[in-house]
Amino acid sequence: MSPASRGFRHLHRAPAGEEGRVPPGQYLTDGFPVLSAGPTPHTPLEEWTFSITQGGQTRKSWTWEEFQAQPTETVTVDIHCVTRWSKLDTQWQGVSVDTLLNQVEHDAPFVMALCDGGYTTNLPIEDITGGRAWVAFGYDGGPLESEHGGPARLLVPHLYFWKSAKWVRGLDLRDHDDPGFWETYGYHTYGDPWKEQRYAGD
Amino acid sequence: MERTTVRGRLTWQTAAVTSVTRETASVVTIELDPGDWSGHQAGQHLEVRLTADDGYQAEREYSIASAPGEPLTITVERVEGGEVSPYLTEELRAGDELELRGPVGGYFVWEPGDGGPLMLVAGGSGVVPLRSILRHHDRTGSDVPTRLLYSARTLPDVIYRGELDQRQDGAQVTYTLTRGQPRGWTGRTGRISRALLAEVAWPADAGPLAYICGPTSFVETAAAALVDLGYPPERVKTERFGSTGGH
Repeated sequence: MSPASRGFRHLHRAPAGEEGRVPPGQYLTDGFPVLSAGPTPHTPLEEWTFSITQGGQTRKSWTWEEFQAQPTETVTVDIHCVTRWSKLDTQWQGVSVDTLLNQVEHDAPFVMALCDGGYTTNLPIEDITGGRAWVAFGYDGGPLESEHGGPARLLVPHLYFWKSAKWVRGLDLRDHDDPGFWETYGYHTYGDPWKEQRYAGD
Repeated sequence: MERTTVRGRLTWQTAAVTSVTRETASVVTIELDPGDWSGHQAGQHLEVRLTADDGYQAEREYSIASAPGEPLTITVERVEGGEVSPYLTEELRAGDELELRGPVGGYFVWEPGDGGPLMLVAGGSGVVPLRSILRHHDRTGSDVPTRLLYSARTLPDVIYRGELDQRQDGAQVTYTLTRGQPRGWTGRTGRISRALLAEVAWPADAGPLAYICGPTSFVETAAAALVDLGYPPERVKTERFGSTGGH
């Protein structure tokens, strides 16, 4: 039984009608906080590529120009950071991961997202297909700023936001689920905000 | 990733508050006595959980301010309009209980074997995990040369000032005051910048290891400047807190 904290009160309530959109233990913010482990990388667009790899082989790669030529989607989603902020109705522009993976024949059950700066995160294929994930390069009508992951980041809004890897440069197809960067440091391997899967064992 | 630790499930436990010490007008240090603490690394955080009379619970992460082996402390800054920090900074008293779990985070940490020279860069309450690193450096008798550049609004906003001014382990502490200086101030003034870091930070050819903690814009500026000054990005570790209004 948790001890009650004398004088502590519930101040941050979700607006009426939106309670069901805020996962347990989260609070709403209007800002867009930034969390990352190192300096913000700045890869020039002419050097930027997005690649799907497997077993050390590049299966498919797009230059920035080729990537921009893929069909894009605009999506409005709620996002949830493991540090407990959630933000409703964020608008993104990007390419559906389905569009990218459909150009490669494979039966891999997992991917590792690979990013500039060495960041990685692991995801099941079924969580990034079926219209549930994008490689986003636009935010709120403009280009995605570098501190928020630009030129492009993964967007997997149904999982905690560390899975939406910033500065993403590729997906490595895997036959097993290896831990990525934060997952190695004790964060949950899957990260479902509705189950509060923040840390390993949650 | 060489320091991978396999940990069990993090469980909540009740900890007694053994003291609450005011650091500045808006900052307190809270010493906690958890029944069962497996230890932590300098730079890690813990999670605090508060429960209201009606059963509502709120949880937040705070950087650990103490070195490994010392009594467990956190330092908390009041965030206006926040839910948890005003309670911790204004209401909490010695003898109260709260729940915690941890430690969490394993990247923004320093051990003497990680070497240096150490370049610590703090903005505001971003000094908290760096103070844990400084104390760890001190307690382990590390001979790694260390500098701290600490940006605060005014001198009274400097957290741990007495301790930082009386360091015995050779660490060099430089303050820069961004909003106002006392009469006769001869230290640095103004916001963090490449020019300031070029003067104060270890030169890149010394092979330094940098830890930067502060608000997002501060960290962005400091990290970009150190990379620009030749620090390899993988030797620049950052931790940011945004103005989320939630704390």
